[in-house]
Amino acid sequence: MSLRLDGAGLRIGARHLVRDVTVEVAPGRVTALVGPNGAGKSTVLRLLAGLWRPTRGHAALDGTALSRLSRRALAQRISFVPQETGIDVPFTVRELVAMGRHPHLGRFDAPGPADAELVASALARADVAHLADRFVNELSGGERRRAVIARSLATGSRVLLLDEPTANLDIDHVLETLTLLRTLADAGATVALALHDLNVVARWADEVAVLQDGHLRAAGSPAQVLDDALVASVFGVRVERLAAGDGRSTLVFHRGERRSTRDG
Amino acid sequence: MTEAADQPRAGYAAWVGLPLLAVLLGVAAVAAIAVGSTGVPWTTVVRVLAARVSPDGWVDLHEVSEADQVIVWLIRTPRVFVAALAGGALGIAGTQMQGLFRNPLAEPSVIGISQGAALGAVVTFVSGLSAAAVFWLPLFAFAGALAALATVYTIATRAGRTPVATLLLAGIALGALATAISSLLISLSVVNWQVANEIVFWMMGGLDNRTWTHVWMCLPPLALGALGARWYTRDLDLLLLGEETAASLGVEVERVRRMILTTAAMLTGAAVAVSGVIGFVGLIVPHMLRLVLGPSHRILLPAAMLGGAAFLIVCDLLARTIHPPEEIRLGIVTAAFGAPFFLYLLRRQRGRFELR
Repeated sequence: MSLRLDGAGLRIGARHLVRDVTVEVAPGRVTALVGPNGAGKSTVLRLLAGLWRPTRGHAALDGTALSRLSRRALAQRISFVPQETGIDVPFTVRELVAMGRHPHLGRFDAPGPADAELVASALARADVAHLADRFVNELSGGERRRAVIARSLATGSRVLLLDEPTANLDIDHVLETLTLLRTLADAGATVALALHDLNVVARWADEVAVLQDGHLRAAGSPAQVLDDALVASVFGVRVERLAAGDGRSTLVFHRGERRSTRDG
Repeated sequence: MTEAADQPRAGYAAWVGLPLLAVLLGVAAVAAIAVGSTGVPWTTVVRVLAARVSPDGWVDLHEVSEADQVIVWLIRTPRVFVAALAGGALGIAGTQMQGLFRNPLAEPSVIGISQGAALGAVVTFVSGLSAAAVFWLPLFAFAGALAALATVYTIATRAGRTPVATLLLAGIALGALATAISSLLISLSVVNWQVANEIVFWMMGGLDNRTWTHVWMCLPPLALGALGARWYTRDLDLLLLGEETAASLGVEVERVRRMILTTAAMLTGAAVAVSGVIGFVGLIVPHMLRLVLGPSHRILLPAAMLGGAAFLIVCDLLARTIHPPEEIRLGIVTAAFGAPFFLYLLRRQRGRFELR
């Protein structure tokens, strides 16, 4: 399934959160949204998820406007993992993950064996099966995030949108999460995520969209897009490339002068 | 059942907690019918009840005196029924409000909803509508509860968040206003010696002189409300995780919230219509049960219904028997349990207050 924003803008009051953004999130690809804090990454994700409606332009899933799909239909097709996973309610991890089945269950249905199986598989894939009976509010930030990722796997949706999915994770689980997303994309899922770490983007993303001040600055493959000039202009840092063992380069950043980048 | 095996706590709660509460409710009901100014042996109580619900001739009532039959079936059983229905309704409504406002202090009488319902009831009472047809009283109580709930919700909730302080303050003000108007209406319309009585009944609650009419009067809105609560059970779980998460999992947040509020108002209205304002039932019962059974509403809602029913039956039994032959107002008994409990919760929540 392919998600697309077409000239999408969102204005709240007099403030434009994003303006005229056109991005396509394709199946089988991992698409990264990058940009400085406040650039509009989260907003673009929410527009893609159909959680917010653009005030200008369009958002569509395989050509169908998101606004024409019910919440339930959206939830069956698109899952969203928020950045904040602060949950202060003592649900067990299994209960939390089982909530991913909500968009598929009727009003009076209890989850059946098929649902239980999907939940179990989601728990295993997100590496939280051993935490299944623990209370969510007693987990560490990283464990909680993986539980939330498990919930979005349990929805069985083919589109995954994640807001900073690697924040608060230790390095092992960062790699594990990225590997999981990679595997899902390779199996045909549509994956888009907001990320901060440009090295992670360079290594793991197939596509990258660079946002700045609510505008789309550039989009394409990381190798094309993330050149020194663009990174310098968007993030205000100087880039140094070091050869890594695998023949690719690792980016090291140095504080530079932030240049004015607004060119309309 | 695979579910019980797959979900340890939920399974445990469903298969042990709910039957236990049901048994507790049954025992409380029989005890409350047996005990009173004239004692009736519990075996007699069971026989009279069994005779009433089974086909003619199955249960032999020859050894039971006419007086005992009247006491059991026409005096105490309807009273206990009304207690159970009102308690169950308040238990469900309290659970829903706590879930919706994500705060254990939200409860019908604490945030002014019961007082709004009482105002609605008093309007039918003083205007004579309640005498005209039986359904006006619960209908107006529902309208009063809904108006109060909509007002409190509109005032206290900003962008899906409801700060405790705003919720409580708005509720207190609204409750006081509704109580004042109710008292005024009663004072203006009934003869003097009745005034104090009526005000006390509506403001402190009571189950004296309840008949089968009261049972039938509150049953339809209660059934409808309970069905509505069941309809939105999972949505309530999801709303506990925050609006955005709920929305991303398919909950039409605004519509669902309105429907849950309406359901809670209907339940509160039905309870108040037959028993006046009885405080704290919806506070204590869901909170205690949540500690034991966990936050999942699939278990919590039926548990709060059973628990609320049992709790109110026991409170009413105490109200009748602590200081015979006088009856203590039911609201005083529930407040004796509920107010300290409320203060305890308030103390525990202190750090989370937003009094800016």
